[in-house]
Amino acid sequence: MTVDIVSRTVQDSARRSPLGTYAGQLAAVPKGVSIREVPFLTQLDLRVEPGGEAAAAAERVLGVALPTTACTAVSGVDGAEVLWLGPDEWLVVAPAGQDALEGDLRAAVGQQGAVVDVSAQRTTIAISGPRTADLLAHGCSLDLDPRVSPKGTCVQTLLALAGVVLVVRDEHAGDVWVLVRSSFARYLADWLLDACAEYEDDPSWR
Amino acid sequence: MQLIACPHCGPREETEFHYGGQAHVAYPAGNATLSDEEWGQFVFFRDNPKGPFAERWVHSAGCRRWFNAVRDTATHQILAVYRQGEPKPVVA
Ligand SMILES: [Zn+2]
Repeated sequence: MTVDIVSRTVQDSARRSPLGTYAGQLAAVPKGVSIREVPFLTQLDLRVEPGGEAAAAAERVLGVALPTTACTAVSGVDGAEVLWLGPDEWLVVAPAGQDALEGDLRAAVGQQGAVVDVSAQRTTIAISGPRTADLLAHGCSLDLDPRVSPKGTCVQTLLALAGVVLVVRDEHAGDVWVLVRSSFARYLADWLLDACAEYEDDPSWR
Repeated sequence: MQLIACPHCGPREETEFHYGGQAHVAYPAGNATLSDEEWGQFVFFRDNPKGPFAERWVHSAGCRRWFNAVRDTATHQILAVYRQGEPKPVVA
């Protein structure tokens, strides 16, 4: 019995992603889009003075210049992406399990900036397929036409009234990441499923 | 509903922003010797013009930065936006 309790306790404390229970529903949406959660990405909030010494040190760790153009994102080394959040703030998104990056970045910026692990703050919903922009247009006021929002666009905005970070990852708005706060994730997943529902019988979504 | 041009992010829907009251209200000098009435003036009293008014706004659903805007209080039209620390632009 003791073993039973121990094993249950261990199991219960295992890491669970906010949308872990939604995988099946998200996989079943009409084929115009494909929606899946990308759980447990490493996310670090980086605050440094742009152009300063600490920024240069962070750039050496990330292997890429911090984007200073508003609402853009760039790719660094080891799968890290650097998202512009503000004039002196970036979100570094790296593959799950890159735990050393936080320490490396913090050592690089020293006392001249701040590096905070915010991995648990948001989860990532990857939406891809030819109807991605149409789907997001149901609840997002931004123009996702590639002429306006090309690859590398990264905007913080509202999607269905939930605060999100949208990252456009290809040339024709067919691959978008939506970073949403964990506590809003199930709401947003429900909203996405509902927005897809009207296309169940639409041949152009098959 | 209108678009407000965040000085950092560009034009966004008004729902992404929040209002922060009159801009350019300086913290009073010599504040150790202010009377209650003078403190009251600083804390509570604001201009209330009909027409162009310099105000603080924050892009709360976007870059979360504060900036200033000149808004016509009669028409709700935003006439100009400018970053904190920049002088108030002259609007016609
Ligand atoms: Zn902004």
